[in-house]
Amino acid sequence: MKRGRTGLKSQCQIFPSLGERAKRPKWMTPAQDWGNLPHHVVLQIFQHLSLVDRARASSVCRCWNDVFHTPDLWRKFEFELNQPATSYLRSTHPDLIQQIIKKHAQHLQYVSFKVDSCTESAEAACDILSQLVNCTIKTLGLISTARPSFMDVSQAHFVSALTVVFVNSKSLSSIRIDDTPVDDPSLKVLVANNSDTLKLLKMSSCPHVSPAGILCVADQCHGLRELALNYHLLSDELLLALSSEKHVHLEHLRIDVVSENPGQTHFHTIKRSSWEALIRHSPKVNIVMYFYLYEEEFEPFFCEETPVTHLYFGRAVSKMMLGRIGLNCPRLVELVVCANGIEPLDEELIRIAERCKSLTAIGLGECEVTCSGFVEFVKMCGGRLTQLSIMEEVLIPDSSYNIEQIHSEVSKHLGRMWFPDMMPTW
Amino acid sequence: MVVNTIHWFRKGLRLHDNPSLKDSIQGSDTLRCIYILDPWFAGSSNVGINRWRFLLHCLEDLDASLRKLNSRLFVIRGQPTDVFPRLFKEWQINRLSYEYDSEPFGKERDAAIQKLANEAGVEVTVRISHTLYNLDKIIELNGNQPPLTYKRFQAVINRMDAVEMPAETITSEVLKNCVTPISEDHDEKFGVPSLEELGFETEGLTTAVWPGGETEALMRLERHLERKAWVANFERPRMNANSLLASPTGLSPYLRFGCLSCRLFYFKLTDLYRKVKKNHTPPLSLYGQLLWREFFYTTATNNPCFDKMDGNPICVQIPWDRNPEALAKWAEGRTGFPWIDAIMTQLRQEGWIHHLARHGVACFLTRGDLWISWEEGMKVFEELLLDADWSVNAGSWMWLSCSSFFQQFFHCYCPVGFGRRTDPNGDYIRRYLPILRGFPAKYIYDPWNAPDEVQKAAKCIIGVHYPKPMVNHAEASRINIERMKQIYQQLSCYRGLGMDASLLATVPANSNFGGNGTNPRAVCTVTNEGAGGSSKDPSVQVGMSQTERAQSVQKRRHEETPLESSSKSWKQSK
Repeated sequence: MKRGRTGLKSQCQIFPSLGERAKRPKWMTPAQDWGNLPHHVVLQIFQHLSLVDRARASSVCRCWNDVFHTPDLWRKFEFELNQPATSYLRSTHPDLIQQIIKKHAQHLQYVSFKVDSCTESAEAACDILSQLVNCTIKTLGLISTARPSFMDVSQAHFVSALTVVFVNSKSLSSIRIDDTPVDDPSLKVLVANNSDTLKLLKMSSCPHVSPAGILCVADQCHGLRELALNYHLLSDELLLALSSEKHVHLEHLRIDVVSENPGQTHFHTIKRSSWEALIRHSPKVNIVMYFYLYEEEFEPFFCEETPVTHLYFGRAVSKMMLGRIGLNCPRLVELVVCANGIEPLDEELIRIAERCKSLTAIGLGECEVTCSGFVEFVKMCGGRLTQLSIMEEVLIPDSSYNIEQIHSEVSKHLGRMWFPDMMPTW
Repeated sequence: MVVNTIHWFRKGLRLHDNPSLKDSIQGSDTLRCIYILDPWFAGSSNVGINRWRFLLHCLEDLDASLRKLNSRLFVIRGQPTDVFPRLFKEWQINRLSYEYDSEPFGKERDAAIQKLANEAGVEVTVRISHTLYNLDKIIELNGNQPPLTYKRFQAVINRMDAVEMPAETITSEVLKNCVTPISEDHDEKFGVPSLEELGFETEGLTTAVWPGGETEALMRLERHLERKAWVANFERPRMNANSLLASPTGLSPYLRFGCLSCRLFYFKLTDLYRKVKKNHTPPLSLYGQLLWREFFYTTATNNPCFDKMDGNPICVQIPWDRNPEALAKWAEGRTGFPWIDAIMTQLRQEGWIHHLARHGVACFLTRGDLWISWEEGMKVFEELLLDADWSVNAGSWMWLSCSSFFQQFFHCYCPVGFGRRTDPNGDYIRRYLPILRGFPAKYIYDPWNAPDEVQKAAKCIIGVHYPKPMVNHAEASRINIERMKQIYQQLSCYRGLGMDASLLATVPANSNFGGNGTNPRAVCTVTNEGAGGSSKDPSVQVGMSQTERAQSVQKRRHEETPLESSSKSWKQSK
């Protein structure tokens, strides 16, 4: 690619400009003038260039400059907003940002903002958003690459910027606004303008939204297929709204369960009937739950059958809870446990192998399982385990197997080479 | 012709298994063993007092051992490129020997010295003895790429020829008629300096927990093997509260400085195992410590950017936060998490921490809580950790921060829970953070949750006598897992609009992606490349044809095709 680029550039220097056309050799026809290449050819080439290279190429001649500003090259853009004091990454050049707002706001369809942990960056993102009037944006992503700096922006500023896009786009299909101060009124605006087109809404950890706010989205946006939110927004009404006749099949529901301090958050329970309604309506839905709780806060969960498919425990989870999961999560596909403790989880794992017939992926961090127990587990699951990520320290050698033997035994039952995950030792 | 030899000690600070020294002695009339001390190092460089003290112990020990052979160590201040031409002339040198240094900076330095030697007509003798194997051969066997997963590395090792036997120890018999001209003012001109002479403040410095030197190293080796034999168990020992404390049989700093030969350790382990287990073939895991070291040396040897993220082909580009204040709190043990602070205190005071403690603090700094670059952590370890050398330190930090080597990132070490499970009573905390001594085991790992009466009784109010926790771990780890997921999804060219359900599948499968050294970034073009066509699906990478993308995804999904031998046992030595 690089070679081609410099080749082109140097070629351009060889070929005379318009004014000197008369001096060109006779065998050179006008069609071979690089500046006169058909637009679609230059466009194709530009599509293979990085933004920086394209920008450079655009200053070669007027024709290429025109191609540079072809709407098709501006459908998709990622604004990177970083401050040198808080990030090692570079920012999108402010001049380029100005150009985009001036010339290409109406062409933008797939837009994302990546900001670092500095409030200034998030504010800059909001400023750009506010200027995206006259646009037909389909996907919007507000992504903090480190700490969530959108939360430090004044709520009024953020909400007004966001609603500019909500109101003007009228065809939003995918929105990612995790860790932002979005609120119920802004969701109302979103719904009022985009209810026909909205398919994906990712809004984990948006503390200013209430269950009523998200319910409004579910009620009106019948095309919504993918939703990510925190547990406090989940309600029986929400699940029922997502299962109404008018609503399409839900494909992905992601729920984050987070506790600030032990005992401070009360977690409500969702009725079994609500879950059942959801599954009846959307039998293939992926229900993904991420837990960041203290051990004693798990009580309200998994007491009854819960149709979760993907489970992640980001802190410790008790043996008892893992036992409950074996009993009550028949649809489980992936189980990832960060930590448990020093009591072997043999029984719990075997029960999970027995009852979670769809389990294909398991990850165990700081846990303990005897080698025999683990072999038993793998035997029962067999080849359906496509992801088996077990930290080496998890496996406790016993009278039947030691660490060397376990790897070949497990490989045998899986039908492929397997090793536990290792960490460097000094 | 008179043969005058210089042996240049850098690492390899020992007289046992020193093949370059041994070989260059043959036929020499005079021998001078030198160590070059770069005057810019002390004070300005990133090497703390414990590291300096250890090195000086090593040099003193060498000097003492050489004295017994009627020789001495010559410590010379200056830079090698200045020192050598002078010495070649002054001492009429025609032979130079040193142990091979596989690190990129070392190779560059040595190339310059080789050139100077050639110009001065000096014969250079270099031998490999800091690693078990010739690393270039390992790379060759792996298709001219260093193995990027430990599993693949082990598979390649299995196909290597046996490890070479350690060279004979330098004794007076070996030296024969070779003499060392020693001047009256040797101590003045070439003596081992003291810490004070190097500009360090030594008032209040406690005795070294890890005394340097070959003599100490060999003693520890014997103790280490005795303990293993007595236990008759070669399994990795279960982690308990005691493991956290410095062990009198710990060997890692000695391996790093070369006071202990890794090959000697390897063979002694093998012999012991065969004796205790009645001639069974030793498993790979027996040499875990040595192989990890070897793995990182191999990965680093041809990569001068190994210790950086930017420009490092094997390092995932992660948008770490720049936060000097937070970094300082971590480095100085003021995070407000007793587990983290105790570990960093032990590190600063003694120069060594248990590898699981390293995992804990590294995770906390990078992908777990603070989201600060691993390069910063690496620099702190470089300053304080006795066994941290360039390759192993950088490699381990990349590994622990999930920046390379295809590590699953779901496993986050909790700064409260992990410590509590390892040492429920909290004695380790009390030992290194005496201010928290008064807290009962129930609250010592999260003292900010202790009720006021408990804090008052402990004479330690959180926020006054001991800092409040600098982050909310649940929040921080939740955010950071999302970040890692975003990054890895981009890496795997997952450009779909939908959400990815699986957490484990986000990390590309170990094998083909990294096994042959393919740059994980190269497969995926960076954002803003190509515009995704007109109204077509923006998830199509324009820079990459459809077939290419499909192929790379397929590659990712296949499991490793094993190299020939699947048995993990070592080949018998010849």
